[in-house]
Amino acid sequence: MAATPDRRPARTAWLFLAPMLLVLALVAVWPLARTLFFSITNATLIDLSAYDFIGAGNFLAREGDEWFGLLTDPQWLRALRNTLLFAVVSVSIETVLGVAIALVVNAHLPGRGLMRAAMLVPWAIPTVVSAKMWAWMLHDQFGVVNDLLMGVGIIDAPVAWLGSAGLAMASLIAVDVWKATPFVAMLVLAALQTLPRDCYEAARVDGISPVKVFFRVTLPLIRPALAVAVIFRLLDALRMFDLAYVLTGANEATMTLSVHAREQLVSFQDVGYGSAASTALFFIIVLVTAVYVAALRPLGRER
Amino acid sequence: MNLRWRHIAPRVGIALLWLVLALFLLLPFYYALVSSLRPSAEIFNPAWWPTAPTLENYRAVMEEQSFGRNILNSVVVATAVVALSLGLGVFAAYSLGRVRFAGRRLLLYTILGVSMFPQVAVLSGLFEIVRLFGLYDSLLALVFSNMILTLPFTVWVLTAFMRDLPVEIEEAAIMDGATPWHLVTRIFLPLMAPAMVATGLLAFIAAWNEFLFALSFTLSNTQRTVPVAIALITGASEYELPWGNIMAASAIVTVPLIVLVLVFQRRLVAGLTAGAVKG
Repeated sequence: MAATPDRRPARTAWLFLAPMLLVLALVAVWPLARTLFFSITNATLIDLSAYDFIGAGNFLAREGDEWFGLLTDPQWLRALRNTLLFAVVSVSIETVLGVAIALVVNAHLPGRGLMRAAMLVPWAIPTVVSAKMWAWMLHDQFGVVNDLLMGVGIIDAPVAWLGSAGLAMASLIAVDVWKATPFVAMLVLAALQTLPRDCYEAARVDGISPVKVFFRVTLPLIRPALAVAVIFRLLDALRMFDLAYVLTGANEATMTLSVHAREQLVSFQDVGYGSAASTALFFIIVLVTAVYVAALRPLGRER
Repeated sequence: MNLRWRHIAPRVGIALLWLVLALFLLLPFYYALVSSLRPSAEIFNPAWWPTAPTLENYRAVMEEQSFGRNILNSVVVATAVVALSLGLGVFAAYSLGRVRFAGRRLLLYTILGVSMFPQVAVLSGLFEIVRLFGLYDSLLALVFSNMILTLPFTVWVLTAFMRDLPVEIEEAAIMDGATPWHLVTRIFLPLMAPAMVATGLLAFIAAWNEFLFALSFTLSNTQRTVPVAIALITGASEYELPWGNIMAASAIVTVPLIVLVLVFQRRLVAGLTAGAVKG
């Protein structure tokens, strides 16, 4: 098929691709270009066609002795800090826990199919619903979490899980861990099930400790699948919107970069500034992806 | 006896771990279900089983919040998104998976790149298009904007599946003089049915759960989809959220999803991992 010198297959291929590419251009490429464009204007949502160019003014500007713009905006810097903290902590926990769960579920016991099905449940529940469910369970007065912890005697007064800054972030991370860990575990489990069994038989016969087998054999073999799971999770965590917006609202303590950008864009109707915030998030994600891929490349070549 | 115990102990340990894990995964939804079945007077006393079970919350959410309309909206949007994504995706996947042409690899990575876009990065541009075509506060705006979420991975996963089919299939068909159109519609479409079920389900779940666009592009309750409706359920005051109603609404939209997931478990996992592992 590949050897045909005929140009027609290629032309047909492009013809078949054209509708998909057109839609993708309309919903992705063009809107992104507009966001980049708006980020150097002072456009507002009321009338998107009336704007002035203000150069880098949305990002950084100086008036007299004072600096203005996104990069000096305490709210944006707070959102940046929140997002990075959330991404690093939640993805780390999800990765370690996800591998552990995959190893445990990979055991041969009756009911493994049911166990795998249960793992899909948190992932399939709409994020908005998860957020509401957990907000209800973590409710400071009527929540079952406080009730449970007080019953066991771990705490002796109700805790405002979503009220105080540190606890709100911890709760946000906990809910994300509940929702996303099964997803990581599922991808790792799929990789585990492709591993050669004889390798493990040999290790067991030789009496090598299971811990050593895990770090020397299993981990290197599942590393590609794990790398994919981690980048998926990392990108989702960096652009996270639904969970923070519904669980804790536009609260500074848990505001993510996506929540901040939407606040500016829609709530304050400041399309110029909001687009600048969106542009910044876009480039942060591009940067993280580039660093991640570059860091993984030597590992891939090794083998 | 001792030797036998040594053999059984690890299995008992793992079974216990499974139990803990299952509780961790399922308990939150179970608790939401229990709460949804309790009368509003009792709901503020935490309990692990429905005391005096009632469907009052379900009746309230359907009658007072026009939640039925919201569900219909979600079904319409998600179905249209799935149909469009699969229709566009299967032809694109044929080109990307079965034909060799210059720029194929670059195209694949560009499509993967689009799936990494944060939604807010296209929000202002989409707003402009939505307004230009007069789609603001309409379901069409949501169908349109949801394509950025579903189309890239639909193409990617279908391409992975398409690549796995044996070469002989189209060789024989081409010998018989089949045109590419016939090749895709008559030969690949039936073969791809299982893959399309898996991908279609993933797209359906993505569109059903989408929140940011639905929140930003609709205004009136009659145009809202389920996630926005649930997020915006309010009570008499900010501090008096009708939790029973919220839990009932949550259960209504989640139970069908969980049933779908359980029925199509194997296909879903195949679809999820096909995109990740083969890519």
